Amino acid sequence: MTQVIELSGVAKRYDSSGAPALGPIDLGVAQGEALAVTGPSGSGKSTLLNLVAGLDRPTSGTVTVAGERVDQLSEHASARFRRERIGMVFQFFNLLDDLTVADNIQLPAQLTGTARRKAAARAGELMELLGIQKHARTYPGRLSGGERQRVAVARALVNRPALLLADEPTGALDSASGHDVRELLVDLHRGGQTIVLVTHDPALAEAVASRTIHLVDGHLALDTQAEAVR
Amino acid sequence: MSALSRVVRSGVGRRRVQTVVIALATLMAVASAVVAGSLMVASNAPFDHAFAAQHGAHLVAQFDPAKASTDQLKATGRLDGVTGSAGPYPVTTVRPVDEGGGHLPPVTLVGRSAPHTDVDRLNLKSGRWPTKAGEVVLSSGFEGPALRLGATLHTSDAADSTALTVVGFAHSVGETADAWATPAQVTALASDDTRVTRQMLYRFDSADTKAQLAADRRKLTAALPAGALMGTESWLDTKRAADRSAAPTIPFLMAFGVLGIVMSVIIVGSVISGAVGTGLRRIGILKALGFTPREVVRAYVAQALVPAGAGIALGVVLGNLMAMPLLEDTETVYGSASLSVAWWVDVLVAGAALFVVAVAALVPALRAGRLPTVEAIAVGRAPRTGRGQWAHRAAGRLPLPRAVTYGLAGPFAHPVRTLAMLLAVAFGTVAATFALGLTASLNAVGSAQDPEDRAPVTVFTGQPRSGPGGGETATADPTQVAAAIEQQSGTDTYYERTQTDGTAVGVSGAVQAVLYDGDLRSASYEMISGHWITGPGQVVVSTHFLNTTETEVGDTLRVTVGKQARTLTIVGEAFDTSDDGLRFHASLADFPTVQPQMFLADLRSGVQATQYAMKLDQTVSALGGQAIANSPSRQDNLILVLDAMAVLLTLMLVSVAGLGVLNSVVLDTRERVHDLGVCKALGMSPRQTVSLVLASVAGIGVVGGLVGVPVGFALHGYVLPKMAETADTGLPKAVLDVYDTPELLLLGCAGILIAALGALLPATWAARARTATALRTE
Repeated sequence: MTQVIELSGVAKRYDSSGAPALGPIDLGVAQGEALAVTGPSGSGKSTLLNLVAGLDRPTSGTVTVAGERVDQLSEHASARFRRERIGMVFQFFNLLDDLTVADNIQLPAQLTGTARRKAAARAGELMELLGIQKHARTYPGRLSGGERQRVAVARALVNRPALLLADEPTGALDSASGHDVRELLVDLHRGGQTIVLVTHDPALAEAVASRTIHLVDGHLALDTQAEAVR
Repeated sequence: MSALSRVVRSGVGRRRVQTVVIALATLMAVASAVVAGSLMVASNAPFDHAFAAQHGAHLVAQFDPAKASTDQLKATGRLDGVTGSAGPYPVTTVRPVDEGGGHLPPVTLVGRSAPHTDVDRLNLKSGRWPTKAGEVVLSSGFEGPALRLGATLHTSDAADSTALTVVGFAHSVGETADAWATPAQVTALASDDTRVTRQMLYRFDSADTKAQLAADRRKLTAALPAGALMGTESWLDTKRAADRSAAPTIPFLMAFGVLGIVMSVIIVGSVISGAVGTGLRRIGILKALGFTPREVVRAYVAQALVPAGAGIALGVVLGNLMAMPLLEDTETVYGSASLSVAWWVDVLVAGAALFVVAVAALVPALRAGRLPTVEAIAVGRAPRTGRGQWAHRAAGRLPLPRAVTYGLAGPFAHPVRTLAMLLAVAFGTVAATFALGLTASLNAVGSAQDPEDRAPVTVFTGQPRSGPGGGETATADPTQVAAAIEQQSGTDTYYERTQTDGTAVGVSGAVQAVLYDGDLRSASYEMISGHWITGPGQVVVSTHFLNTTETEVGDTLRVTVGKQARTLTIVGEAFDTSDDGLRFHASLADFPTVQPQMFLADLRSGVQATQYAMKLDQTVSALGGQAIANSPSRQDNLILVLDAMAVLLTLMLVSVAGLGVLNSVVLDTRERVHDLGVCKALGMSPRQTVSLVLASVAGIGVVGGLVGVPVGFALHGYVLPKMAETADTGLPKAVLDVYDTPELLLLGCAGILIAALGALLPATWAARARTATALRTE
């Protein structure tokens, strides 16, 4: 099966004298797979996500995502890579408060130069799919946490990314909203979307992910796929 | 160290960029305020201050050495009422020829062994004092590209004339001489053609009025043999002339001074209040830790005062350094000496800046101190609501890249900060527009100078006479001289000119009559109204003349030259400020008994003035006349100096405006760093980030330009006539209408340029900021 993510000997140190925040690790994620990354605080989950998204560079090793060597990209190429291949969902939504819901969702499409009408049509399609169409002209500050996260998911999907990265997507939500978002991710996975999900919540990992890795002090302590093979 | 001190120190140290920007903005604002204040002070009674500093001579007297001995002259220094004297010095008048063969105007050359004496302590501006024969120090007014240190002058055209090397430039506020050499050198110049007399300089205990000076003069006359005193020059006449020439520059300096000070207040106020306003969350945390509202206020005012204090201190130093060359220029303009930044200007500016900083910090700090703790924390991190959202909706519809439209709407989230930035850009544009207009106007004034000075070659019908009084002895037949000029190859056009005493009804005493014949078009002044004389029966006068005689263009004027009285029609108002503006221009044909004193020739293009004059001189000198090429050293220092000052002051004000923008954009970028991080995480490239930040100031630049250009235009339209009014002259269209449409459009872009330059640095920072770090920023 085609690998969407391939990490080979990847390590990241923030302090040259201290222990690495991550790795070295080797990891592959196949197309259509939903990988949950779990582990305690400071275990390297967010570092792993940043490396995959091209937001940070590894100290050593190679990171290949959707066939592209992310660790070698320039700032400009890295930005282009993110807007074309990656969709990101954050714990605290990271919506732009001064843009309406529709404008927030369209933004990544507009950054790629997609025509406004086409971007609006795609945003409309996603809002309908995620049940937030009635909030199209609303500002994020007036939405509930669950609604905001749906907007964030719609924004992440607007450019049909090869990979969806979700960092604690239910961490800031009440249980009802968290349930909604969980179902949404499950549906996306069923639809064939490759997902990397960073979470503290075992229930979310179990519901969404087809595979789970557990990080402890930057090292791979558990990989359910390897366990299954064994 | 107390908790409060720690908070202040960490606040100053942690936000280094903002600390540096506050220090830089206050530095530039204070420096420009010091310069502006110094210039305003310098324009207050400059002659009187400089005259007092130089211990200037109340009376400059010339004596006949044949009638009064050196001892007798020295004894006049001990007369009752005389408080100081210097001399006697040998004095003569020469008409020097420069290295290019050009003739300087007649120069009063005084033999002095030292520049510093009891009276008239000369300011040696460059070089050194003459120590031996063949050396000369010139009045600083002559200094320029054509006359510099080391240049050689000859005392006349004669082959055996004395060569003098320029070893220095000095300034005498009382204008006691145009040049100085050793006493032996001046005495050695004595010949049949060159008469050497004696000069004495006096200060009196009472010399404030004409009557007092007349009484002082009578004492001198009485103390010496009859006829010994040949003439005197009063310091009141020099002061009147200096004040008249300085007066037009005062509105100019005032305009720049006010611009500089207002802008300094705006920039310092906005920088400080913006910096304190962005620290609200930290203030909330401090309150949560137990700081009282008063302690919070004290901490934040102190936090602003630390970098601002450093900026103010450095700004005062920089201001003094920048003011020096400008004050030197002012010295040249005002004919004053030893002007320096008044100590109280430094103290006043520093005190006022500290006050502005304290007030600007106090207002938001008080607000923060009063905010409930929870709210103070929330203000720093809660999503912004409402402000500027409509702008984002509207901008989003524009057919521009999304990064640009997102940036364009940015300023509406902070209306007060945007207003401060707008004012900074607008003031910068006003300064640029005003300075450009002023420079163009001053250059137009330069081109509109006396046509006599414009002519490359002058042919005198007589030879210049050396010695006090100067003048020419007319010998050549004008008809023969005219024929010689016509026959000389290279002549384009020429006209005849005579300047003589006359009278005019409505003016008490003598006025100068300037009479012309020949091709009158070349003799034309720039006209304020009406037209230049085209033939007999017409007269053209200056604004001052019209005001004095209470006449206007179209009226008749009764004038007399010699014994010939004529009633002429005033056909034009000329831009003529020579001779106090009290002279009239008419046709020689109206006064047939008057002979032309000189011919002024324009040459065909490519003809060398010096060679032409030398060739023509061979013919006309045989007739008793003389042809000379005019020296290019006759440049208007005032215009050059004002041009330079306008450029310097504008650069300074534009820099302050740019720093104001820089500060606001730094604050904005810091506040929006999280949003920028989100955008970058979504795929916004560094170039798109730069365009977003630049777009956020583009609107301000456009509006600043749209506001600044008309205001600068209006300021020019207000200040120029004021400058002219103080000189009692109107201004021709060529001087007033100096802006053209493309120039104004370009000036409109100055606003965008100032805004873009100010925003470029923070835009680059934003583009380089690490996305992962920005995302973690609250």
